Amino acid sequence: MTGRHLLPIAAILSLGQALTAGTLKAEQPLEDTAAKKPATAKPVPAVAGDEIEVPPPPFSEGIYPCSDCHEDMEVNRKRRKLTEEHENIVLKHDEKNRWCLDCHDAEDRDYLHLASGKKISFDESYLLCGQCHGTKLRDWKAGVHGRRTGYWNGKKKYLLCANCHNPHSPRFKPIPPKPAPRRPVPGLQWKRKREYR
Amino acid sequence: METEKGISMNRITRRKFLVGTAAGMLMTSCGPKRLYELARPDLREALDRMEKEYAVKYGKAVKVGSEGPIKGVKFAYALDLSRCIGCRTCVHACVHENNQSRDPEIQWIRVAGIDKERGVDLTHADYYYHPDKVPEPGKFYVPIQCQQCDNPPCTKVCPVKATWKEPDGIVVVDYEWCIGCRYCMAACPYGARHFNWGEPGLDPADVNPDTHYLGNRPRPKGVVEKCTFCIQRTRKGRYPACVEACPVGARKFGNILDPDSEVRYVIENKRVLVLKEELNTIPSFFYFYGV
Repeated sequence: MTGRHLLPIAAILSLGQALTAGTLKAEQPLEDTAAKKPATAKPVPAVAGDEIEVPPPPFSEGIYPCSDCHEDMEVNRKRRKLTEEHENIVLKHDEKNRWCLDCHDAEDRDYLHLASGKKISFDESYLLCGQCHGTKLRDWKAGVHGRRTGYWNGKKKYLLCANCHNPHSPRFKPIPPKPAPRRPVPGLQWKRKREYR
Repeated sequence: METEKGISMNRITRRKFLVGTAAGMLMTSCGPKRLYELARPDLREALDRMEKEYAVKYGKAVKVGSEGPIKGVKFAYALDLSRCIGCRTCVHACVHENNQSRDPEIQWIRVAGIDKERGVDLTHADYYYHPDKVPEPGKFYVPIQCQQCDNPPCTKVCPVKATWKEPDGIVVVDYEWCIGCRYCMAACPYGARHFNWGEPGLDPADVNPDTHYLGNRPRPKGVVEKCTFCIQRTRKGRYPACVEACPVGARKFGNILDPDSEVRYVIENKRVLVLKEELNTIPSFFYFYGV
C-alpha cells in the first residue's frame, strides 16, 4: 500500500529533477567550452546528449591548422607519392581506392568532406568514418564501441574514432602483454598450508 | 518413586528453559556482530577504528567508505570477446585499484587464452601465456572474474554467512567475519575467489586510499576476497577500474534495469553468452561479440 502511495510522489520528484537538470545541461557545456578549450576542442554535441565529453582530435604537433602552409599553395589533385611533406604517412586504409583528397577537403584544408561533398570539421570526423562503418558508428553512439570513462549514471568521457584508430592506418597493432600471473608451484600449497598453521 | 525423582532432576523444567533461553539471547546480543548487522552509527565507529589502524600500518590516510546500494540499480557487466586482445591491462589496473596482495600474488581477473579452433572451452585455456605481442594469431582471450551470479553457489555454502549478495547485485565478503574455511572457493565454478594464504604484501606507496568496507580495504591474512565490481567506485556512479583501463574498450558496465544503459543495448542487440550456463548460476556478467 505504502509503495503505491509513494510512487506518484517519486514520479513528480523525478520529473522536477529532470526539468532542472535539463535546463542546467543546456547551459553548462557552453560555459565549459568557452572557458577551457580552443575552438577545435568542443565536445561532440548532437551525438549522445550533453552529458558526454569528447577530447579534441589527436593532431600531430604543430600540424593544425593546415591552412597555415596550404593557403598559398596550388591545389594538385593528381594522385602521387608525397615527397616534400607528409611522406611519413603510410596509407593503409583501402589505399587501392582512395587517396588524401577523398577525405581531406582540397578547397579548405582545415576541413574534411563527406562523399556528398559536405564540408565537416575535424571534430565531427566520426561522420566521415560512419559513411563506410555505419554499424560501428551506431554502436559508438550507444556507447558500446570504444571506451567510455567517468560515470555510468552521469557525465561520461568518450573518444573520437581517431583517438584510438590512426585514420591512415586504422587496424590496431599488437602490443606487449602485461606480466603473466605466477604459476602455482607443485607442492607449494602444502608448504603454505603448514606455514598458515 | 526414586527413579521418577531422578528423572525429574534432569528434566528441563519451564524455569530452566526460560532462564537458559534468556541467557543465550543475552550472550548472542552482546557478542561480536557482522558488519552488515551493525546500525549505521556503530558501523561508522567500526570503520573509523579501521581507518586509524590503516593510518598506523600504512602511514597515510585511508578512507573506508560505507556507501549503500542505490535504489533501482542492479549492476551488470558485458565484455566484448571479439575485441579483447589479452593484454592484461585490466588485471593490473584491478590489482592497483583494489589493494590486492602483490606478494603472495593475488589477481581477481584471470585471462584465459584459448585457441580459436576450440571455441569457448575453458578446459583447454592457458592462463600463463606470455608472447612478445598480443593478440597471437589463432587465439582469443576470455578474461574471467567474479560473475556476480544471481544464484550464487558461493554464498550458500558459507557456514558463517560471511558472504552474501547485496541488493544491487554485488556479491561481497565481510572480512571481519570470514573464518577462512574456503568452502566458497570450492563452490565457485569460475575460480573467482582468492584466499590470503599469507600476510598480504602491500607496499604503503601502492595503497589506494579510497576504499569501501565490503570491497577494496586492505585485507588481513586468512580471509577470502573477490571482485566487487569496484564497489567503492560504482556505488558513487563511477565506472569500474577495469572498464576505464581497457585499451580496446571491450568492457561495458551499467545498470541492467535502465533501458538506455550500455549493457542493455548489448543484451538486446548483440550475440551474448554467459560462462557455464548449464550450472544455473545466472551470472550478471555477459560476454558478447561486438562485430
